Amino acid sequence: MLTKRIIPCLDIKNGRTVKGVSFGNLQDAGDPVELAAAYSKNGADELTLLDITATLEGRSTFLQVVEDVAAAVSIPFTVGGGISNEQQVETLLARGADKVSVNTSAVLDPGLITRLSDAFGNQCVVVAIDARYHENEWEVVSHAGTKFTGISAVEWAKICYELGAGEILLTSFTADGTREGFSLDITKDVCDAVSIPVIASGGAGNPQHFLDVFTQANADAALAAGIFHYGLVSIAEVKAFLKEHGVPVR
Amino acid sequence: MSQTIKIISYKSGNIASVKNAFARLGVVVETAATPEEVSGADKIIFPGVGHARPAMENLASSGLAEAIKSFPRPVLGICLGMQLMASLSEEGRTPGLGFFSERIVRFQHDLKIPHMGWNDVYNIRGPLFKGIPEGSFFYFVHSYYMPTSNEAIALCNYHTPFSAAAASSNYFGVQFHPEKSGDAGATLLQNFIDL
Repeated sequence: MLTKRIIPCLDIKNGRTVKGVSFGNLQDAGDPVELAAAYSKNGADELTLLDITATLEGRSTFLQVVEDVAAAVSIPFTVGGGISNEQQVETLLARGADKVSVNTSAVLDPGLITRLSDAFGNQCVVVAIDARYHENEWEVVSHAGTKFTGISAVEWAKICYELGAGEILLTSFTADGTREGFSLDITKDVCDAVSIPVIASGGAGNPQHFLDVFTQANADAALAAGIFHYGLVSIAEVKAFLKEHGVPVR
Repeated sequence: MSQTIKIISYKSGNIASVKNAFARLGVVVETAATPEEVSGADKIIFPGVGHARPAMENLASSGLAEAIKSFPRPVLGICLGMQLMASLSEEGRTPGLGFFSERIVRFQHDLKIPHMGWNDVYNIRGPLFKGIPEGSFFYFVHSYYMPTSNEAIALCNYHTPFSAAAASSNYFGVQFHPEKSGDAGATLLQNFIDL
């Protein structure tokens, strides 16, 4: 039986993993290659590496991280952050990434989804959708959550699917960082709207939250960063809890 | 035992991951982009991602298709590579290399496609699965599949049972990605090295 996936996310800046304590206040969380290998060993089903560097110098450091992670781990990993063209994707795949995620660049240029899907296959095109609850609707936000786009998150998910996305990574900016649970309503609506896998993200605080997002919202995978980095709960604990409650996990 | 394992390099293959996985097992895999480079290998890995038709056209025009057909030693097709070893793929109505008798078909539309993630395999048999427990998990990403047949050496379920791996004479195919399947995948690749 196909299992539900647990995906830790590593934010990478200048070749190091960082974690946010509060907005703009980043703390060093260690060597990404070591962390990736540790997560892989401890039951992570996939990894996501997010490049949060803005400088060119940082970008080339990030490519080295991608290459080193690819050499070290034997599970799939997705790479995201600032990807806006085919050339970048070709480079990342050649360095050993399995999938790429596009976010703001897809909002600005939806055709990018189709071009990437045609060139590399939809299995490696993840569209990351950041959504925020705003005036009684879940709206897509871009530019790292700073800009409201006026687009409905569910409608945008459908468009991404039709344009050739292979997977949707849905992050609730409303829940992100709260540790009060995933946003189940919007996750369920997006899962119902598309027939490609959906990864839920934002709000994970304990194993019950993962159970809820799998059983109530029907997500295919769940992504978390903080709770795993801080060691509040381990992937093994989450999986044991899910298994106990009848959710198929590896 | 010194042997040369080569991976076929063409537009539809993601070779970095496979090379990395063999490197973790201490084996340097060389790339083969021409029929001559293929024929000189002891074993061949035949990867593939994306759409069947452009992949097959590319293999045919480069002469690689003929080189694989006449290769007498072990060949391991991965993902689309396995599918292209079948007689025909429904994807773009693409004729395959014909090593396996089954036709490749698409998963039903009421399912989430691609079938993406870790799934368990059963009814495993043969040297490729030596030391791998029944029910082990492998990582799959695909929208088309090979139905079950007597060529299957492992089965998997995604709504319907399908061939997770198949073998016929010197040709082996795996629908999953052993290079991305943790310890079980590494064992399978080691078994291929040991064939």
